[in-house]
Order: sequence, then C-alpha cells, then structure tokens
Amino acid sequence: MMPLPAIVVLAVVTYGLRLTGPLLRGRVTVPAAAERLFADAATVLLIALAATSALTEGHGFAGWARPSGVLVGGVLAARRAPFPVVVIAAAGVTALLRLAGVP
Amino acid sequence: MRILWRTTVPGPPLDTTLARDTGLVCLADGIVGVSFGAASVAGGLPWWVPVALSVLVFAGGSQIAAVGVVLAGGSPLAAVAAGAVLNTRLLPYGLAVADLVRPAGLDGDSRAHRLRGQQVSRHQVSRHQVSRHQVSRHWVSRRWARLARQLVGTHLITDESVAFALRQPDPARRRAAFWTCGVALFAVWNVAVLLGVLAGSMIKDTNAFGLDATFPAVLLALALPALNSRSIRVAAGTGAVLAVALTPVLPAGLPLLAALGGLASRWNGWRNWLVRVTSSEVPTGDPR
Repeated sequence: MMPLPAIVVLAVVTYGLRLTGPLLRGRVTVPAAAERLFADAATVLLIALAATSALTEGHGFAGWARPSGVLVGGVLAARRAPFPVVVIAAAGVTALLRLAGVP
Repeated sequence: MRILWRTTVPGPPLDTTLARDTGLVCLADGIVGVSFGAASVAGGLPWWVPVALSVLVFAGGSQIAAVGVVLAGGSPLAAVAAGAVLNTRLLPYGLAVADLVRPAGLDGDSRAHRLRGQQVSRHQVSRHQVSRHQVSRHWVSRRWARLARQLVGTHLITDESVAFALRQPDPARRRAAFWTCGVALFAVWNVAVLLGVLAGSMIKDTNAFGLDATFPAVLLALALPALNSRSIRVAAGTGAVLAVALTPVLPAGLPLLAALGGLASRWNGWRNWLVRVTSSEVPTGDPR
C-alpha cells in the first residue's frame, strides 16, 4: 500500500530536486563526481528493480512468462526500438505465453 | 522516460520538427502512462495512487519504481527512497534549464543580472509609483504571476523537456521547446494514467494481458542507454544479482537498496578520478 503522506513526501523531494537547479543557478555547480554518482546510482537501481520485478513475486520466482516478455522487450530496447513497441512486445509475449499455459 | 526522445529523428530545428517530435514522445509516454495506471490498479492499489503520483511527482521512472516496490510488498519508505534516488538526476537538469524555467519575455542570462534588474525595478516602483495603487498592484500581481509561472515551469522539468530544449540552437527556441514539450507531456501523461486506471479497473484478469511485464520492460529500456561502459555494466549486474539473490530472505524493498552495493565495484574508478583531480586540479577524462 502507498499511503498519501508517502506520495506527498516523494512529490516534495522531487520538486525540491527540480527547484534546486533554478535556485542555485550561477552560484553553485554540482561536482562532476557527485553528478556521476547520482547517475550511476539511478542506473544500478533501475536495473536491479527491473531484475527483481521481472523475476520475483513476493519472496519467490515469478514464473517464466513475465521474465520472457521482459527479455524480449529488453532486446528490442537494446536495438533502439521505439518505446511503444518495447512495452507492447513485453506485455504481448507474456500474455501469449500465459495463453499457452506457461505460468 | 529518459531515452524516449532518442528514438525520434534528430533533424533541423524547425518548428514542425519540434511539433512532430513532441507528438511522438507524447505518444510513447502516453502508452507507458496507460500501462502504469492499468498495472497499478491491477496490482491492487486504489485508483488515486497512480493518479496522485502522476500529478504531484510527474516523473515516470520514479513513479513506476515506487509502485513497483510497493506492489512487491515493500514499505512506503523503501518506495519513496527508490523514487527519490531515481529523481536525483533532476538536480543537474534544473541547473541546465534554469533560464528556461522562467517564461518568455524575461531578461537576463545570469541570475545575478536578473536579481539586479528586480531590485532596480522595485526601487523605481517605490520611488515613483508608490502612490499609484493601481500601477503598484498591477506590478505586484505581475510579479506573482511570474513567480507562479516559474514554479509551474520547475514542475515541468523532465528528461524529455530538458532534452528537447537543449537540442535547440538559440534561447528563444530552447524556451519554446521546453514549455511546449513540458505542458504537452504533463497533459498527455496524466490523461493517459487516468485512462489506464479506468482500463485496469475494468479488466478482471490483468495477468492474462501481461501487464505485469510492462514495468520491468520500461525500467530496462530506461536504463539500457546508460550502460555505456564496462564498469557501470559490472556495477549494475552486481546490483541486480544482489537484489534478486536477497529477495527470498530480506523484507521486500530492502534487496533493492542493497543493490546500490553494486556501486562499490566502481570504487577504483572514483579513487583514480579523485587522485587525478587533486594532483592536476584539472578534471579531465572520464573515470569509467
């Protein structure tokens, strides 16, 4: 469950991150190392979340249909397919596999 | 939503090109938004959670991440933490488009110049127009309107609006691109999420449509372009293995944060960079 206060906190933090740039313009620069650390942390987090949400359900394995669909979507994305194609392919492959009886 | 714009053709900075590219990005984000709304309610969240996230947070990647954490059983705290880490990139974005966040027709390229200008005009007002209540009120209301537009502009800082703006050759076009893309995306994104919520609440067996595969696919597509060096691939791979391996044993949400341990594999890169900077005082080269 995602209570409203949590949403508001995320919204405030996000708005603060957006506002910091315009407020600090000309007075402060983000050190390149810090900017890179932010970017790397975000990348690591995205990949880890993609992996866990593709492979796991609760504390166990999610079944083969979902990770297969995600894999197809990922291959398409790596080949620079347009975003809608990636999304629809991932859902479509997963749906077809489930239709065929794959969990 | 970081890389959507890359799928569009980089062409001459014509207004038709901008309109077409904005349309394409809106279409792509619209589909992601529909799937986000549908998958959120399909996962069992009330309809207002994806809607409130879309209006208030308005950052696709972090919304999907936060809902993903919660749907996996994670605590709201872990969800907020994951979303916040993803949104740290908005800080450098804000620095990059600080001048564009202000609406058109405003002077100045530097903050200091603008501040000086405001002080001068305030001074003039107080000296010459203080008795003219109408003029003074007009000036005050314009100032509030300007502040309001600036606050709105701040909310419109996204991967796409920043990328589109920075691609334009001159300040006027940059400003136009930022506002056009930002406003269009905000409208399309929120309508799409609402449509997704409606669709998701009407579909009974959402798993049959494979909606649960859309979150990880979107996250993967967002992250892939950033995997442009061996060391970040190692870090991300380590993090992913850590997170998946820890999922059966740790409370939901924690494995994700443990994945940040993957960053430790880049420590040598950081150290080399620091040594280079402190020895030469000129930050050159890429630590990757």
